[in-house]
Amino acid sequence: MTVAAATPTTSAAARFSPAWILERISRWPLHIAVIGLTAAWMVPTIGLLVSSFRPFSGQATSGWWTAFQNPTTFTLSNYTDVLSQSTTNLGQAFFNSFMISIPATVLPVSIGAFAAYAFAWMKFPGRNGLFLALVGLLAVPLQLTFIPVLSFYVQHLHWTTDNLESYGIPGLPWVPLWLAHAGYGLPFAIYLLANFFRALPSDLFESAEIDGAGTLTVFFRIILPLSVPALASLVIFQFLWVWNDLLVALIYVGSTASVAPLTVNLAGLTTSLGQGSNLLTSAAFFSMIVPLIVFLSLQRYFVRGILAGSVKG
Amino acid sequence: MASVTYDHVVKRYTADVTVVKDLNVDIKDKEFMVLVGPSGCGKSTALRMLAGLETITEGQIRIGDRVVNNVAAKDRDIAMVFQSYALYPHMSVFDNMAFPLQMQHMKKDEIQKRVKNASKILGLDPFLNRKPRALSGGQRQRVALGRAIVRSPKVFLLDEPLSNLDAKLRGQTRIELQKLHRELETTFIYVTHDQVEAMTMGDRIAIMNGGILQQVGTPGEVYDHPANLFVAGFIGTPTMNFVPVTTSDSTAKASGFEAKLPKSVPAGKGTLGFRPEALTDRTSPDGSTMTVKVDVVERLGSDQFLYGTTGGDTVTARVDPRMKVDPGDTVQLGLDTRSIHLFDAQTEAAFF
Repeated sequence: MTVAAATPTTSAAARFSPAWILERISRWPLHIAVIGLTAAWMVPTIGLLVSSFRPFSGQATSGWWTAFQNPTTFTLSNYTDVLSQSTTNLGQAFFNSFMISIPATVLPVSIGAFAAYAFAWMKFPGRNGLFLALVGLLAVPLQLTFIPVLSFYVQHLHWTTDNLESYGIPGLPWVPLWLAHAGYGLPFAIYLLANFFRALPSDLFESAEIDGAGTLTVFFRIILPLSVPALASLVIFQFLWVWNDLLVALIYVGSTASVAPLTVNLAGLTTSLGQGSNLLTSAAFFSMIVPLIVFLSLQRYFVRGILAGSVKG
Repeated sequence: MASVTYDHVVKRYTADVTVVKDLNVDIKDKEFMVLVGPSGCGKSTALRMLAGLETITEGQIRIGDRVVNNVAAKDRDIAMVFQSYALYPHMSVFDNMAFPLQMQHMKKDEIQKRVKNASKILGLDPFLNRKPRALSGGQRQRVALGRAIVRSPKVFLLDEPLSNLDAKLRGQTRIELQKLHRELETTFIYVTHDQVEAMTMGDRIAIMNGGILQQVGTPGEVYDHPANLFVAGFIGTPTMNFVPVTTSDSTAKASGFEAKLPKSVPAGKGTLGFRPEALTDRTSPDGSTMTVKVDVVERLGSDQFLYGTTGGDTVTARVDPRMKVDPGDTVQLGLDTRSIHLFDAQTEAAFF
């Protein structure tokens, strides 16, 4: 009993000790920096959110922060318009975005995982040189590749959207875009996963080897289950990148309504004179829903410590 | 159930980095063989070559009559327990133990039977559905053993399996491992840097240093008849006393005493070795004595160790725990010359 009673007393004494106060104060700069950065990132998004509830006339004449002086002008019309107008074609664009993003995520992550395993745990001549070259690719701006890749697609393979659509196979028109996204995503995927795989304890692989597991079994039964955190973050990165991409999609599939993703569709909402920019605000929020769902549903896999209990006592 | 033979085995990483030099050991069927030595002596490498995790640079390793140099690890019919246990963290205890059997495409009910059997032997029944992270160090260690047992391999390899356990658990597990060895009737090859583990568990001990095998023998043999200075110093706690001496015929003269040798040796310099228990407060049979100035007294209850100097040499003595000695005292101790050793000054090999 005495021990139990003594515990709160000591912690209360420690709470206002000089060391405790010093520790609190020393954290302030960090807290201020974190809060400041978060605010700086949030302001444009909040501005967009507020604007999306303002009519076109208001958006065009005054800044979003003035809207609070006259709350009666808030309206849902931007949302109802963008969802109801048949010209915006949002449903089709939404579907297209999924059809582009899912394969363009699965492809580089799965190929990257195999390649990363080889880089991390298999011995072959030129392994380090190849890996270095791969890391070097991270520095290459993807815009450099547009003309050579596109001319290869069009001149040698005749992969234009019209040609591919004419085969009548669903999904075929997106193949060039899937491959392009896979290519752009692979260097980072391999880099991230190889580093993660390398950090797995080698005893596990040796043990599995003695237990009779072949290379592929080790990959599927040991490495992949242990790499869920790395795979989840990679999936999030790649999915968000592809979902939000405008440039690559515009280059490889163009703005044909039947294949263009949401980003291309949104860009098309605004005319060159600025007409329709009110719809853009609400549509942007609409397109944000999916990335948010992906992030929130996968973020729990970020937790480290999945390796706890494998080695050491 | 098989013998293991190392036949002139060499492991070389680069031209001038050789970690195992010309290793020759015959490990008998059902024997508990301990490879012991300080860290970096090549004992783990020797084990990993047998496991198939390292290539063999020169020589042959045979399991039974089969040369396994180019046999894949999984086809050698061995099981290994790692120092880190190397449990699969995402699998339950049951799945961890079932994994090697699944790899052999064994039938489900047979797997079930074998895992249940192993878990009963090791007392793991209540934990079969837990993940390794929910187990204590000792339990994890037993799962690692279980994963080896289920395969009923020809040879068990254990690489310092006790070094992550606390002292008390280590003592218990040592006994359990010996029981297990008796029950399974399989060849065990056990690597450790701890000479106590080696002495208590091994049917025979192979002592290695600097990649070279120093001596192979039963615990009694290596304790009573060490082949050289290294083995003499490595086995036994507190360590053997070493005193530089000048020999002539059958006496050895040190700076502080003279000892009669059990047989005559060529005149010259050497190192006299005697264990603390050979230097006691009892009169020795041949009347050899030594005057020791005591620096430190260590009372362990059952034993009393005196650390002191005689002439210019430091010695350790094991005396009756009831003997009253204080640091600073000078005591007269008897040296039992029946169990003394003499080592060549150059080669460090033992004369006796």
